[in-house]
Amino acid sequence: MNVVESRNTVIVSYFVLGIAAFTALFPLALMLLNSVKSLPEIIANPLALPRDTEWNNYANAWKYSRFSHTFLNSAILMFTTIALVTVTGSMSAYVLARKKIKYWAVVTAYLLATTTAPIQLFLFPLYFGFAYLGLINNIFAVSLIYCAIYSPFSIMLLRTYFLAVPKELEEAALVDGATPWQVFYRVYLPLVWPGLLTVALIVGMYTWNEFLIATTFLQGQESRTAIVSYFLLSGQYETNWGELMAGAVLVVMPIIILFVFLQKRFIDGITGGSVKG
Amino acid sequence: MYRLFLLPTMIINVAVIFIPAILTIVLAFYRWDGISEPTFIGLGNFERLWDDRIFWKALKNNIIWTALFLTFPIIVGLIAASLMLTVRRGSTLFQVIYLIPLIISAVITARVWQGMIYNPQSGIVGLLNRFGIEVYDPLSRTATALYGVAVVDLWHWWGFMAVIFFAALRQVPQEQIESARIEGATFFQMMRWVLIPGIMPTIRLMMVMTIIWSFLVFDFVYVMTQGGPASSSEVLSTLAYRQAFYELKVGSAAAIALVISAFGLVATFFYLRLQRKEGEE
Repeated sequence: MNVVESRNTVIVSYFVLGIAAFTALFPLALMLLNSVKSLPEIIANPLALPRDTEWNNYANAWKYSRFSHTFLNSAILMFTTIALVTVTGSMSAYVLARKKIKYWAVVTAYLLATTTAPIQLFLFPLYFGFAYLGLINNIFAVSLIYCAIYSPFSIMLLRTYFLAVPKELEEAALVDGATPWQVFYRVYLPLVWPGLLTVALIVGMYTWNEFLIATTFLQGQESRTAIVSYFLLSGQYETNWGELMAGAVLVVMPIIILFVFLQKRFIDGITGGSVKG
Repeated sequence: MYRLFLLPTMIINVAVIFIPAILTIVLAFYRWDGISEPTFIGLGNFERLWDDRIFWKALKNNIIWTALFLTFPIIVGLIAASLMLTVRRGSTLFQVIYLIPLIISAVITARVWQGMIYNPQSGIVGLLNRFGIEVYDPLSRTATALYGVAVVDLWHWWGFMAVIFFAALRQVPQEQIESARIEGATFFQMMRWVLIPGIMPTIRLMMVMTIIWSFLVFDFVYVMTQGGPASSSEVLSTLAYRQAFYELKVGSAAAIALVISAFGLVATFFYLRLQRKEGEE
């Protein structure tokens, strides 16, 4: 069914949506195209197709950004954060969705408030506190920061999945003598796993891309993430844009591939909680 | 027993956000370089900010930023979402394409625009110059640097609005759309009288969030201009960051952080009041 009758409206609509799609993809097409061109070729014409395909750009970008090392750091940071958020978040979401405690409303309000708190509101004391405790350049300590920042929205998202589980299941299990932990682990978790997957994807993407916290807390050569390393490389000496674009393609590829294959889950996660009925 | 389930979340959240936030509020009234003993100076940090030209410049830039993001992405997002509702077929593909800029790290997006579009040698700007079209790198001039950064952030952001609004539009009752259609409503009439009123709560929520987010903007400015040239693109968050970590004026940075938070609080307050009014009607 169409919203409006006229056929022309549909044609014009496709045209406008197409222009918007072109705008969204154009800079990325330039990134991809010029990632295999030499600098003189890029300067001659950034829109032209490559004459000799410069695959070396990728090898150089990989080497100069020390991606073999920094990708590993990013991956460790990402998986630690995902594990922390999904484990602690699902436990909280269960309690808050089923109103298991007296102060659930206060806790919910507090968590909502922290989602809008600017990072600068807690960044400076946190940095000097971490420095005092010797936690700068510690990837696992930084994943605790990400966990605190990404938990509230993850809990709100997971809460809707817990609410969708029929209460009768829980009641039946309790009558059969299950402990609260067994109810959570055996009854709920198998039913809310699509929510956990969505949260894992979104938190993984945020962590992979995050810059402000990573550049502040992970400055050391050995602990840098791929994004921080790319930022430092691209700010240095005269710029070989072909190599920089190759590096950019390498950093964005994992996220784009995941996104294209699991787009429905991504879109659910990104829009979750933002649409008010 | 159930309280234990909340414990890990709360311990981490309180340790990382709540306690440091309280310390920031306290620090705003101290002079501190991050190393020696802090000295209490009352409202000294705020007084100095009041006289600081760059602070006002940054605040003004945040307000310009808010105005840009309250209009452009919301209007474009609404139009794109309504068009996707109109055509239906292909809307999933369009959503995926519009979201791709959003899922790419700001650092990468910034460098792609700097090298491939704005750069006067390797970018589209350079290409146009060679064709005799007079354009320049907006980041290199004080009058345009902020807008040059804003364009990149807008490019990466509007698709999010389109997808949010599209999700909301799909919940508008079919009967309303159907009856307007039978009466022969044009696209713009449909938007004005059916679609926009139908998703007003979502639009309002997005506007409040836009105000809050606009005062948090950091990544794009920090990566593309570091607030320059000559502080022309400085925003409050980059100013606070520079003061804390480069100039070692942590107290002053904390005071700026409170100003940023205050704008968020005011936005949230108005939003809650609006909602309460709606509830009464």
